Amino acid sequence: MAAYIIRRVILMVALLFVLTAAVFALFTILPGDPARLTCGKACSPQTIEANRHRLGYDQPILTQYEEFLSGLVVGRTYSADSPQPIVCNAPCLGYSFTRHEQVLTLIAAAAPTTFWLAIGAFILWITTGISLGIFAALNHGRWPDRLVMGISLVGYSLPSFFIGLVLIFFVILKLSWLPFPSYVSPFDNPFQFLQTMILPWIVLAILNTAFYMRLTRNQVLETLNEDYVRTARAKGLPEGTVVVKHALRAGLTPLVTAAGMDLAYLLGGAIITETIFSLPGLGALALSSVLESDLPLITGITLVTSTIVIVANLAVDLLYAVIDPRVRLA
Amino acid sequence: MTTPGRPAEQPFLEIKDLAVAFPTEDGLVRAVEGVSLSIERGRTLAIVGESGSGKSVTAQAIMGLIDRKIATVTGEIWLDGQELIGLPADDLQALRGGKVAMIFQDPMSSLHPFYRVGDQITEAIKAHRSIGAKAARARALEMLRRVGIPAAERRIDDYPHQLSGGMRQRVMIAMALINAPELLIADEPTTALDVTVQAQILELITSLQGEFGITVIMITHDLGIVADVADDVAVMYGGRIVEVAPTGVLYAQPEMPYTLGLLSSIPRVDRELSKRLEPIPGNPPSPIHLPLGCVFQPRCTYWDRVAGGACLSVRPDLLATGAGHLVRCHLPAEERRQISQGVLNVVAGGS
Repeated sequence: MAAYIIRRVILMVALLFVLTAAVFALFTILPGDPARLTCGKACSPQTIEANRHRLGYDQPILTQYEEFLSGLVVGRTYSADSPQPIVCNAPCLGYSFTRHEQVLTLIAAAAPTTFWLAIGAFILWITTGISLGIFAALNHGRWPDRLVMGISLVGYSLPSFFIGLVLIFFVILKLSWLPFPSYVSPFDNPFQFLQTMILPWIVLAILNTAFYMRLTRNQVLETLNEDYVRTARAKGLPEGTVVVKHALRAGLTPLVTAAGMDLAYLLGGAIITETIFSLPGLGALALSSVLESDLPLITGITLVTSTIVIVANLAVDLLYAVIDPRVRLA
Repeated sequence: MTTPGRPAEQPFLEIKDLAVAFPTEDGLVRAVEGVSLSIERGRTLAIVGESGSGKSVTAQAIMGLIDRKIATVTGEIWLDGQELIGLPADDLQALRGGKVAMIFQDPMSSLHPFYRVGDQITEAIKAHRSIGAKAARARALEMLRRVGIPAAERRIDDYPHQLSGGMRQRVMIAMALINAPELLIADEPTTALDVTVQAQILELITSLQGEFGITVIMITHDLGIVADVADDVAVMYGGRIVEVAPTGVLYAQPEMPYTLGLLSSIPRVDRELSKRLEPIPGNPPSPIHLPLGCVFQPRCTYWDRVAGGACLSVRPDLLATGAGHLVRCHLPAEERRQISQGVLNVVAGGS
């Protein structure tokens, strides 16, 4: 087990290494001059050249990549030869010259919003999705099943920007049940936090709830027909034990993989939902960094979100081995 | 327990006119119709038939394992004076794994992959009596030893996937017998196993049956294994019983053309090499669109010998033809015996 984890971690680092290289290569291939983007239309050629030098874009691409990697480990200093050098401490993900801020600081500021958004939506869709899915499966073919599946189909078909705008229009504008969203930390003002987050949570959860209802229902229906469930009945176990201990345990296990990856994906930022509700999270940050062609910031966000997904992948694999005795890690 | 209306001399298990039907989108599936059977205590009845003949459904009806929300079950099943079809769900649950136990075809899929075999056995004990964890484990261990699991004290903590197919079926048998059932239903218990293991498992079931005095229903599609284990044989086809006889009689004087077909399609070493196996032509009938007359008529070679085409339009009854020997066939008894002897002589390679 320990050897397996060590091997996976090494593999993970190698994967991230490849990833940074790929992101770097991509940005050099892209058209446009990154130095030209650092200042406005009235920029003189001298300023552009000066910026190019300060950003290190005058260096060969391999040197730039080396500096980026060493920055991650030991930190780096931008425009060291100028009167005002910019120190970026390790782990230095880069420096955004558009925002005059370290990339890591920007990400760290946005991450909690996204974290709360993802966790809240996750809890919402896991509880409703799985319980409704089980309910549908246990009533297979009868009206509760059809109703749940109908709801799922509707939820599945509605795009999140549509649901989000409809909710804002009715709940906030028409009915004034909630104030306009304005994000605060749950530690500063829990009530305002909840008022702000409740709609984004619902919007994000709807699509996933629809998906998890279907997934759970199909999984449970499948395991209810398994031979070992028939064996459990043949042993004379009460129906509740048959369903919960024998059918659900096996039927819900594959959901761990899906849930873990979906949560990781969401922790990387929900671009549409964050934008609609003006939440200052990673998704909104990623979107504006792309719109502003803020290359250091794009690189940093890509790296951070990929790391989350890769770590989640490992966590899910380890968790699965704990749940299913047939999975042996070696 | 005595129930009003119960005849004085009733066999241990008696099934009267059992019918099981499942409504589907394509129509009503009549899986079992008009099945009547009886078994005396301590004997072994083999139910033989192709897949879809209704033998497993019959077994599951006895166990009360058929979902009444999906299927309709009618008729009577009397077990030791107790009628099972009308029994409340709770009483049936108490019978299952207690007085009546069952083992299944594929021991890999029939054991839960997530739980240790010992825990799966103790769960069966605890379902029927209040017993401490230690005592339950000791009982499970004892039973695992009894069914021939080597190093049972280690194996008890194994997961099913760590055992071989034969070992898994032994675990299933241990689990079925743990509450000392009076009736054991074995649904194709050797079909998923290697040939060498098949014999061991059959021998184990037979020896345990003798030791504990259990009544056994052995469901199989393999007439080859029946001869060694069963006292009586019921042959099922198209959801009904077409012939019942003591095992020796069935092999020597089968009268229903379907049984005859089954017997002549068993490979035999003493057969002349030039003779080919005789498969039964055609396929089993659809349980949705059963033939109007005899359900075997479309595959029967002899139906045109019956005057007036009765095989096409009239369902034959299961009628006695000898001691404990019942046949469902329109052919006159004399003619059935002639045909039977003729076919069996050819199969045996005689003249």
